[in-house]
Amino acid sequence: MGNNTQITGKEELTATVELAALPKGADGRVVSVHGDGAVARRLMEMGVVPGATVRMVKSAPFGDPLEIRVRGYSLALRKNEASSVEVCI
Amino acid sequence: MSTILTKTGTATRRLTVALAGNPNAGKTTLFNALTGLNQKVANYPGVTVERKTGMWHLGASDALLIDLPGLYSLDATSLDEQIARDVIIGKVDSVGRPDVIVAVVDATNLERNLYLTTQLFEYGVPVVVALTMIDVFEKQKHEIDVAKLSAMLQAPVVAINAKGGRGRNALADKVLEVADQKPSIPSELNGSAPKSTNEKIFARYNFISDAVQESVRHNDKESHRVSERIDRVLTHKFFGLLILVAVLLTVFQAIFSWATLPMDLLEQGFGTLADAARTVLPEGILADLVADGIIAGVGGVLVFLPQILLLFLFISILEDTGYLARAAFLLDKLMSRVGLHGKAFLPLMSSFACAIPGIMATRTIENRRDRFATILIAPFMSCSARLPVYTLMIGAFFAGQKVFGFISLGAVLMLAMYTLGITVALIVGFILKRTILKAPPPPFIMELPPYRLPSVRTVFQNMVTRAWLFVKRAGTVILAISIVLWALMYFPRSAGSEFPVTGSQSVSQTNPEPGTGNSELESQQLRNSFAGKLGHAIEPVIRPLGFDWKIGVALIASFAAREVLVSTLSIIYNVGKDENEQSETLISAIRNAKDDSGRTVWTPLTALSLMVFFVLAMQCMSTLAIVRRETNSWSWPLFMFAYMTGLAYLGALLTYQGGRLLGLE
Repeated sequence: MGNNTQITGKEELTATVELAALPKGADGRVVSVHGDGAVARRLMEMGVVPGATVRMVKSAPFGDPLEIRVRGYSLALRKNEASSVEVCI
Repeated sequence: MSTILTKTGTATRRLTVALAGNPNAGKTTLFNALTGLNQKVANYPGVTVERKTGMWHLGASDALLIDLPGLYSLDATSLDEQIARDVIIGKVDSVGRPDVIVAVVDATNLERNLYLTTQLFEYGVPVVVALTMIDVFEKQKHEIDVAKLSAMLQAPVVAINAKGGRGRNALADKVLEVADQKPSIPSELNGSAPKSTNEKIFARYNFISDAVQESVRHNDKESHRVSERIDRVLTHKFFGLLILVAVLLTVFQAIFSWATLPMDLLEQGFGTLADAARTVLPEGILADLVADGIIAGVGGVLVFLPQILLLFLFISILEDTGYLARAAFLLDKLMSRVGLHGKAFLPLMSSFACAIPGIMATRTIENRRDRFATILIAPFMSCSARLPVYTLMIGAFFAGQKVFGFISLGAVLMLAMYTLGITVALIVGFILKRTILKAPPPPFIMELPPYRLPSVRTVFQNMVTRAWLFVKRAGTVILAISIVLWALMYFPRSAGSEFPVTGSQSVSQTNPEPGTGNSELESQQLRNSFAGKLGHAIEPVIRPLGFDWKIGVALIASFAAREVLVSTLSIIYNVGKDENEQSETLISAIRNAKDDSGRTVWTPLTALSLMVFFVLAMQCMSTLAIVRRETNSWSWPLFMFAYMTGLAYLGALLTYQGGRLLGLE
């Protein structure tokens, strides 16, 4: 797999940020999922695929991990994993 | 599939049906509803993944229902996923290839749950979708067009309310209907060009999004409000941690206080049993064996059953409500500092009850190195088998003393022992992850399931299955050790002890000072017995820890299982029928014990040293056996035994010698 894991969403998008940079309570649309093969695959299996809407819910007491909402459920992931997801607001 | 002959002589097929679904999708509840009490729990060959099967009455015929482990996907990254895939493709010998797969799909979490379903379509086995949590879904005022969804998925969909039984017959009908059909795969999932894994995932989710959009009308923003509101408090930056600590304290407090009454009753029961055995059996070796060996040994351990049931009860409730996932979320940062996964929290928490289910729970950790690191430190969590040792030592030497005038010294010491175990575990974990199990920090991607009221039945079943492991151990390992130990102390018979000396005449009520009656004869017998010789042999090694040869005998015995220490001390000090750890007689026997030169054997410092030894030492054959099975090698359990016991010796040595330097003796 490696580098060809990047899949781009349907729409043309303007400003993209890393998922971890999404402010609390804000919605974003996933643009791409890249990075380490296993992590990217797991994230996508859990529904974080390009085109999906995610909302930043909160971060845990020590700032990490994060809780996001995707496809109507809550998912916890570390900032490190979140950095492989790019979203546009 | 198998063919069986019915009474009328006609051949009918017995179907094999597999139940697959995400964790928290209501799979277990549905399995229980379909099979009733007709279940069998075993392990898949060679691994400790639980294999649950049951009989499902499908109208005229029966089906063998296999409950697959809860999974998110079939890509075989974790052990559970691997096993599930092997079952579906018929690679597991003990169960046949399924004729039908029932995909359990949580209606309140439709899209992600359907992901696994779309994967199941690709295996060429007919799939029936069972839509669970439909009552919750409708209560949230969402609408679903089941027929439409079924048409989109090209597979039958049945709405199920597992508790009330709605849709169960329809599910049976559909399973029978599709059993012989060749399943069709939706064309969207069946792209002819070879695709990368991630492109496939993308295609599956696009297919799902379309299907859900066509068939579901969401009542915007109403869903999950309750869980979100609860989480505002329970995963709050400050209150969340405070509540977590309070929850854990409450659990431990309850385990100690609620269990007292049933434990007292059990203790009396075993006392009566030992008396009865002595009345029934003729005086002599057999009566001694039964009363002092078997009933004293096994009873002394079974007394802890109430505490263990309570601990498992709480763990089951925390797990089923969804709180344990929050605890992992709250603590992941701390765990990752050590290099462990947030998921390691559950196995470590379970290990407070018993390391065996804890080690079995590590299989949810995908990375092998992270999993092994968790396994290697799990036995440092003070398990329920250590409780009898702590309780006995505290009862004998620290009872009734207060710190700052109002906190009981016993509770402080107990907390200190638990804390010592956790601290050492974290340090060892830190070292392991930077040396022999070096690996980058594991990814943490975990669902936070909505809060749900736990099903009484599931919680109860969980509690009973796990407690049964403990009872079985008392009936096998501990029974065997008790008999062997008794024999090692009973033989060879010394001159002058032809009469049964460990006998009935010293019933404790009539003889409040044990060790006075036949004590001369008895101590001579013990000293010359096989066990006594063994104890003497290791005495030079354990002397620096503050232990004499009698404690040495108990120590050797407790390497089979920690709680054996209490029963062994009871046998050594010949306490007779009141073999329990809280019994006044064992406590006073320990307090009054003198060594050969007439010096008092036990001091509070000895007790402390022994407790520290028990926190750190690997004294459990069952755990070593499980580690052998889980790691599939002898080197890991041997390594575990060596480093833990080495640490224990060092810890006890520092405690005892340090204490003496401080003048604590």
